Amino acid sequence: MIGLGHYLTVAAILFVTGIFGIFINRKNVIIILMSIELMLLAVNINLVAFSAYLGDLVGQVFTLFVLTVAAAEAAIGLAILVCFFRNRGTIAVEDVNVMKG
Amino acid sequence: MLAHNLSVVAPELVLAVFAMAALMWGAYSRRRDPSGTILWASVAMLVLAGLFVGFQPEGARTAFDDSFISDGFARFAKVVILFGAAAALAMSGEYLKRTEMLKFEYPVLIVFSVIGMMTMVSAMDLIVLYMGLELQSLSLYVVAAFRRDSLRSTEAGLKYFVLGALSSGLLLYGASLTYGYSGTTAFAGISQAVGEGPLSLGLIFGLVFLAAGIAFKVSAAPFHMWTPDVYEGSPTPVTAFFATAPKAAAAAMFARLLYDAFGGAVSEWQQILAFLSVASMFLGAVAAIGQRNIKRLMAYSSIGHMGYALMGLAAGTEQGAQALLIYIAIYVTMNVGVFAFILNMQRDGKPVTDIGALGLYSRVEPARAAALAVLLFSLAGVPPLVGFFGKFYVLMAAVDAGLIWLAVAGAVASVIGAFYYLRIVYLMYFGEAAPPLEGAMPAMHWALLGGSALAMVLGVVNLFGVETLAASAAATLVQ
Repeated sequence: MIGLGHYLTVAAILFVTGIFGIFINRKNVIIILMSIELMLLAVNINLVAFSAYLGDLVGQVFTLFVLTVAAAEAAIGLAILVCFFRNRGTIAVEDVNVMKG
Repeated sequence: MLAHNLSVVAPELVLAVFAMAALMWGAYSRRRDPSGTILWASVAMLVLAGLFVGFQPEGARTAFDDSFISDGFARFAKVVILFGAAAALAMSGEYLKRTEMLKFEYPVLIVFSVIGMMTMVSAMDLIVLYMGLELQSLSLYVVAAFRRDSLRSTEAGLKYFVLGALSSGLLLYGASLTYGYSGTTAFAGISQAVGEGPLSLGLIFGLVFLAAGIAFKVSAAPFHMWTPDVYEGSPTPVTAFFATAPKAAAAAMFARLLYDAFGGAVSEWQQILAFLSVASMFLGAVAAIGQRNIKRLMAYSSIGHMGYALMGLAAGTEQGAQALLIYIAIYVTMNVGVFAFILNMQRDGKPVTDIGALGLYSRVEPARAAALAVLLFSLAGVPPLVGFFGKFYVLMAAVDAGLIWLAVAGAVASVIGAFYYLRIVYLMYFGEAAPPLEGAMPAMHWALLGGSALAMVLGVVNLFGVETLAASAAATLVQ
C-alpha cells in the first residue's frame, strides 16, 4: 500500500535533486531553470499528497496557484537569460562572473 | 459581502487598476512618449495611496474568509512601503531621462511590485502570502535587468532571478509542510495547531524552510549572497528602490508570519532569528570594510541593518515588534537620502561609484557633503542622531527579552560597522582631492537628501511620533 510517507519521500528526493542541480551544476543556466522547475513540482507533489490525505481541497488550489506562478517565473527567467546572452554571448554558469561575489 | 471585501482591499485594487491602465496607455499611445507622465502619475498614486492607508480608521478589518487583514501593523508597514517607493520612483525620473532609460514599463513594474508588497504584509493565509511575494519578486527581477544592453544589469537580473527562485522554492516547501502538518493554510488555523503543545517535527521543518525562504528576501546572512552583486549591477535608481520598500515589506512579512502563524512557538524561532541577526550584523560590518564601490558598500550596509531589524523580531515580544517597525521606518528614510546623493555622483555624464571620487568633496559642495555626513553618522548609529534611536530600541527590546548576549553582539558590530561609514566622512573632509564631480543636482534630489538629513536631526525631539504609532501597530500584531 502506497501511503503519505512514500509521496513525501519522493517529493523530498526531487526537491533535494533540484537544490543540488542549482549548486553543483557548472555547465548551463538552462539546467538551473529546469532545477527550479523540479523544486516547484516537488512542492506540488507534497501539496497534492497532503490534500488527498487530509481530504481538504485547499492543497490542490494551492497547487494550481504554484503552477501558474511557475509558468510566469519561467517566462521571466528565460527573458532575462536571452538579454544576458545577447550581452555576453554565452550562458555557461562559469561566465556569469563580471561581478565577484 | 463582496462590497465589504473590496473595500478592505481598496488601496491595492485602485493601484492595480491604475497600473494596468498605465500599461495599456503606454503600449497603445502612438503620438508621443507617455513615460514621463506615467512616472509622475505613479508617484502621485503611491503618495495618495499612502495618505489613504495612513488615515484609515483604527481597528482590524478582514476580507476574503479572513485570508487578508488590514490592521494597524499592516497599515504602518504599508505607509512605509508606499512613501519609500514613491520617493525612490520620484528620484529615478531625472536619472533615467539622463541615461535614456526612461521607459513606461519602469513605473508600471514598480507599482506592481508595491501591490505585491502590500499583499505580503496583509496576508493571513499562506497562499495569499505566496502570491504577494511572487508578484513583488517577479517585478523586481525584471527591473534589476532593466538596462537591457548592459552586461552588469542583465547579470544582476539573472543572479537575482536564480537565487530568488531558489528562495521561493524553499519557502513553498516550508508552506507545503506547514499545510500538511497543521491541516490548513490560514494563519489562524496554523496558530491553533501550533498552540496545541510541542511542535511536531513536520511543523518545525516547515517553520525552518519558511524562515530560510524569507531570510533570502530580507537578505539576512547566510542567505545574502545575491545582495552585493544585484545592488552593484542594477541601475542606481533600481538599487535605491531595492534598498527601501522591498526590505521593509519583507521584514514586516517575516513579523506577520512569525507572530500570527507561529506566535505559540516563540522559543523555537527565537534561536533562528537570533542567529540570522548576529550573522547579518557581523557580516554587514566586516565585509563592507574592503569595499570601494559605494553601491556594493550600501549592499553590505543593508545586510547589517537587516540584522538589527531582525534583532527586534528575535526578542519575540510586543516591544520587539515595535522596535522592528521603528527601525525599518528610520532605515528607509536614511536610505532615501543616501541614494538621492549617490544618483548625482557623476563625472562627464558617466555615473561614478568609487568612493575615492568623494575626496575633499566638502570643499566643492559643502552643503551636500554636510547632508551626506549627517546621514552617514545616522547610519552608523552615532548619538544623538535618529539612527541611534533605531538601534537603541532594538537593543533595549533584546535586553528586556533576556537576550543580553545578542544586544552586546549588536553593540560590538555597530562599532565595527561605524568604521566604513566614517571613512567616507573622512574622505569628504580630510581625504585627498579627487577630480571634481558634476555640480548640478535636480531640486527633487535636493529635497529628498536635505529632508532626510534634516529628519535625522529634528527627529531627535520625538521621532515625529513614530514611536507611539509603532507601539499601537505592534499591539495589533502581538495579542
